[in-house]
Amino acid sequence: MNPLLELSDVGIDFPTPNGPFCALQGVNLKIAKGEFISLIGHSGCGKSTVLNIVAGLYKATNGGVVLAGKEVNEPGPERAVVFQNHSLLPWLTAYQNVELAVQKVFKGKKSKAEMKAWIEHNLNLVHMGHAMHKRPDEISGGMKQRVGIARALSMEPSVLLLDEPFGALDALTRAHLQDSLMEIQKDLDSTVIMITHDVDEAVLLSDRIVMMTNGPSATVGEILHVELERPRNRIQLADDPTYNKYRQQVLSFLYEKQRKVETA
Amino acid sequence: MNISLSNVAWLEPVVNVAKGKNVGTNLQIIFKSLGIPLVGILVFLVLWSIAADRIDTSLGKFPGPGEVATQAKGLIKEHNAERIKAVAFYERQEIRNAERSAADPTYEATIRPYTGKPTYIDQIFTSLITVMSGFILASIIAIPLGIVIGLSENLYSAFNPIIQVFKPVSPLAWLPIVTMVVSAVYVSDDPMFPKSFITSMITVMLCCLWPTVINTAVGVASISRDLINVSDVLRLSYFTHIRKIVIPASIPMVFTGLRLSLSIAWMVLIAAEMLAQNPGLGKFVWDEFQNGSSDSMGRIMVAIVTIGLIGFALDRLMLMLQRYVSWDKSSATR
Ligand SMILES: Nc1ncnc2c1ncn2[C@@H]1O[C@H](COP(=O)(O)OP(=O)(O)OP(=O)(O)O)[C@@H](O)[C@H]1O
Ligand SMILES: [Mg+2]
Repeated sequence: MNPLLELSDVGIDFPTPNGPFCALQGVNLKIAKGEFISLIGHSGCGKSTVLNIVAGLYKATNGGVVLAGKEVNEPGPERAVVFQNHSLLPWLTAYQNVELAVQKVFKGKKSKAEMKAWIEHNLNLVHMGHAMHKRPDEISGGMKQRVGIARALSMEPSVLLLDEPFGALDALTRAHLQDSLMEIQKDLDSTVIMITHDVDEAVLLSDRIVMMTNGPSATVGEILHVELERPRNRIQLADDPTYNKYRQQVLSFLYEKQRKVETA
Repeated sequence: MNISLSNVAWLEPVVNVAKGKNVGTNLQIIFKSLGIPLVGILVFLVLWSIAADRIDTSLGKFPGPGEVATQAKGLIKEHNAERIKAVAFYERQEIRNAERSAADPTYEATIRPYTGKPTYIDQIFTSLITVMSGFILASIIAIPLGIVIGLSENLYSAFNPIIQVFKPVSPLAWLPIVTMVVSAVYVSDDPMFPKSFITSMITVMLCCLWPTVINTAVGVASISRDLINVSDVLRLSYFTHIRKIVIPASIPMVFTGLRLSLSIAWMVLIAAEMLAQNPGLGKFVWDEFQNGSSDSMGRIMVAIVTIGLIGFALDRLMLMLQRYVSWDKSSATR
């Protein structure tokens, strides 16, 4: 099978006053269409950097990224990003934030009425239909994050990139949004790369979990295939032995094999 | 939007007291927001009249509040008298023209404009027009310049030293240069604007340009990386990026700059008018100083109070405009 997205031998050096800092080296990854991938690793290992390279916001020093047969070298709406801190434009309402993306992507392809329907459809998808004319400072953190997801989905991206999308949320809201995301991904058959710190989140949502080694020169350590049947139910999985085995494997990678060495 | 209510903190309690609601606490609020400032003003007036009594100058006693009030009334009376004279002048002309055309149908009536001396009120308006022209001209230059500089780190580094050097230059230093350049460049037999107006306006512009440039540039340069990333992912074009992201994001800082610029413009204007002899408040003060009559000091004090009040009003106006335009209501306080 042909992968939709391929990272081959990706490496990046950041220039610093003390010479180049090699953040990533030899990152290889093939992702098929419709796959849900999680990136997990200790803080500062280079997860965001990988995502930013795929998004085209950073340029790899080594190797490259190929999406659907074309090399990625600049950002674009076919690789929509949901940023860690929602990144909504504070002066626009939820509706207008999504509208900005829809107008850009579907200019000349959808009529005004179609665009309006599409914006509302996406906001309803994340259950934000009731508050779409509120501004970011008038809605809660979880709601903002949902609008961010709606904005990304509205671009009909080939790959959805999520950088710790639920990191700043309370456990209840997070669980709720994880369920929504699973549903949406199933319905749309989207290809997703999600960064997370949360082992349960990774196992629950992913088809594969990519575990990264500690930096500098971080790379892919192990890849875990999660072969749990979908739809997945968090309550039933809680005492499913296979689920707990996956969980245990990720934990062992993070806390035994890649034990965070405290520098300084 | 409750512009009036938020600026007039005592209004709502007054309404409440009138309705007999919570009279005790509301009276306290009224005393705090209205009573204490009034007490402050009263104490100031008393100290002023005591001090004024003790200062003797070559033109007599330093004017106290009472003398200043009298002078203010006098200036308004002069203004009204001048207006009546103007009306009478035009009436006389019309009657004369009517008579002449009755006698000779080929006669073409001309109305000559009234050329009385500008009154105090006229001078206030001249000053306002001059300061607004200079300020608007400065803003038209400063905001786009600030945006362009703020967008590029290199341009910012290139322009910063120039801005920092020009920023502290006093209007008194600019004025001679501006006067000479205007005299040389602005030559026309029938000028649309008097030279003194152009000179004052350009001096005002040169002095009040910088705060807006700097604040706009800083505002643009400090737009959060996240918002830029959104724009990048959407592949917004340069101009869409400026229109949809840069301008709204930097509006609060732009207004901070505009308010600083306007207050500088107003201060500079008075000095510029004095030297350029532009018929505004600055020239009024200068003429009264040259005049040296017993009323002069009182009249100058009237001008000082007027200048202060107008400066305050201009700042409030900008604040209202900011509240109206900016999405970030919290930055538009004070
Ligand atoms: N623009 C940059 N310039 C220099 N160094 C950078 C830059 N961006 C990231 N780095 C370095 O690269 C390493 C990886 O950073 P990255 O942000 O990808 O980590 P992360 O895995 O996303 O961490 P976290 O989980 O805390 O978000 C870090 O050591 C960081 O200091
Ligand atoms: Mg990160």
